[in-house]
Amino acid sequence: MQKLLKSRELLLAAVIVLLLAVIAWRFPGFVRPRNLANVFNDTSILIILALGQMMVILTRCIDLSMAANLALTGMTVAMLNAAMPGIPVPLLIALGILLGAALGAFNGILVWKVEIPPIVVTLGTLTIFRGIIFVMSGGAWINAHQMSAAFKAFPRTPLLGLPVLSWVALFMIALMVVVITRTPLGRAFYAVGGNPTAAVYTGIDVGRTRFAAFTFAGALAGLSGYLWVSRYAVAYVDIAGGFELDIIAACVIGGISIAGGIGSVGGAVLGALFFGVVKNALPVINISPFWQLAISGGAIILAVAFNARAERKKGRLILRNREAAA
Amino acid sequence: MNAPSTGSGPRAIPDRLEGRWSSLFKSWETLLIAVAIVVFIVNALSSPYFLNAWNLSDATFNFTEKAMIAMAMALLIISGEIDLSVAAIIALASTAMGVALQYGAGTPELVLTGLLVGLLCGAFNGWLVTGLGLPSIVVTIGTMSLFRGIAYIILGDKAFTGYPPGFAWFGQGYVWWVISFELVLFLAIALFFGILLHWTSFGRTVYAIGNNLVGALFSGVRVGRTKFILFLMTGLMSGIAAICLTARLGSTRPSIAFGWELEVVTMVVLGGVSILGGSGGIPGVVIAAVIMGLVTFGFGLANVPGIVMSIFVGLLLITVIGAPMLWQRLKGERSA
Repeated sequence: MQKLLKSRELLLAAVIVLLLAVIAWRFPGFVRPRNLANVFNDTSILIILALGQMMVILTRCIDLSMAANLALTGMTVAMLNAAMPGIPVPLLIALGILLGAALGAFNGILVWKVEIPPIVVTLGTLTIFRGIIFVMSGGAWINAHQMSAAFKAFPRTPLLGLPVLSWVALFMIALMVVVITRTPLGRAFYAVGGNPTAAVYTGIDVGRTRFAAFTFAGALAGLSGYLWVSRYAVAYVDIAGGFELDIIAACVIGGISIAGGIGSVGGAVLGALFFGVVKNALPVINISPFWQLAISGGAIILAVAFNARAERKKGRLILRNREAAA
Repeated sequence: MNAPSTGSGPRAIPDRLEGRWSSLFKSWETLLIAVAIVVFIVNALSSPYFLNAWNLSDATFNFTEKAMIAMAMALLIISGEIDLSVAAIIALASTAMGVALQYGAGTPELVLTGLLVGLLCGAFNGWLVTGLGLPSIVVTIGTMSLFRGIAYIILGDKAFTGYPPGFAWFGQGYVWWVISFELVLFLAIALFFGILLHWTSFGRTVYAIGNNLVGALFSGVRVGRTKFILFLMTGLMSGIAAICLTARLGSTRPSIAFGWELEVVTMVVLGGVSILGGSGGIPGVVIAAVIMGLVTFGFGLANVPGIVMSIFVGLLLITVIGAPMLWQRLKGERSA
């Protein structure tokens, strides 16, 4: 019981339920299953991205280029679709995932083989990816009428009461639970982030593990690239601009320690859902959407302060913060 | 990341700043100057409009405001911390000035508002990091959303305009001929931080903290106080940059200076400051700022869109950081 009370995930879930209860008190329509499903669907892409970012953060790295990766793969598949509508959508999705993984692997190789600090690498690739989109598209937009019907329909198709987009997110959550808790690679993520030196002595290749994390995160960003572009039916240079920080914020709110080694799939999902609920609730309770940014900022700071306290109670040494900041 | 040190031998003890390290930085700055000269010559050859005193003066506006923040950020990064909220502080300070304007503030009050908001934001960051002991990279991602969020709450999709002409001088005024006020201010700030970092005991403590936090603590360095002052200074510089930028644009929108935090960090890292803390210097950052300004301006003259230049800056950042690391690895493998 004591342990359950201390569980970060449970606490965050309670906060979200409380938030929903407060909203429901005045606006009961918000908590109708139909609407909650909509909120989940709206948060699906953030959930998928947060899962990718979680792997990277677990290994004590950070990926600032995920949103730019999403935008680049999204633009690529959109342009392919506009130029050759004949290419089947599943092939485009596979292409997006592959391209995203390749971009992630580029980050990973720079971190692994060249040993550049991850924040510098992804800061650099963030601007490079955005620049490439501009060069590729000439700054032009790919609009809804240029995309084929099948391209736009896929994430919206209802399946057993939920749109495919939601199912993709659910599938990714399930997949990630298996990878993180049931495979050697998942354990390696925790080991590398928790104590890199000890990880080396247990025979884990720290660099390669980080490379794997970046590649997986890239693949998820690539998948999100297609989902984003087809869901909003538009592609341009700045799509998902600034979203990289939302992804990290979702992870931080979900209790994933930026110092590595601590965090869970449930936390990442709940952190993303917290964002989703706030974002969708604001217009309902008649608060200007301009409040959203400040609220998420406040939530991040509170979450970090809370995480740090919880970690200190456990008696963890926090002197490694400097390495985490790198 | 520097975590697994097994196999690479004992880490060099960084107390010999006068020896190998300083020569490394000397060569780093020489390299930067060489790059700057090449950029200058390429620009001069490719556009007949480049070598014009007024055009060159305009080019300085591309970097002065960011470079002011980069000076304080350099010290902060050397001490092992980072502040990603600087652009958001600009937005908040600029919005506060707009609010002050609505209440009939004159130029002195506007400037005071900008400085004060910058200081307050810096103090808030500093308190979160040193008072509560939170990691600066996440804290400042949080305050970045918070500060800009407040600007959005106040402004929404509107804008403040109608700043007094006297105020505009801070962003558009010239001290003498083509020498703008902003350029002079930047040079003064660079000189101040250069002296502070390289010729005072405060500067030495900044290096000490960045090189060996625990060692600094045991040597009686007031780590918390020093870091707090550094956050305060970064906030203040952002406030000053907000004054210059607002005066130059003549308007405030909540999206003002969006994405600048990454450009400022790029400037600092390009200037030879290690993102891991403990090393680097002001001259390198100044030259890096000039390079970025010249490149932006040159691309602009050649009608290359700014975003294409971002590819160049990104590549520059990665190569400039990656090349020495690769070089060291290769050298290490050869001697092993």
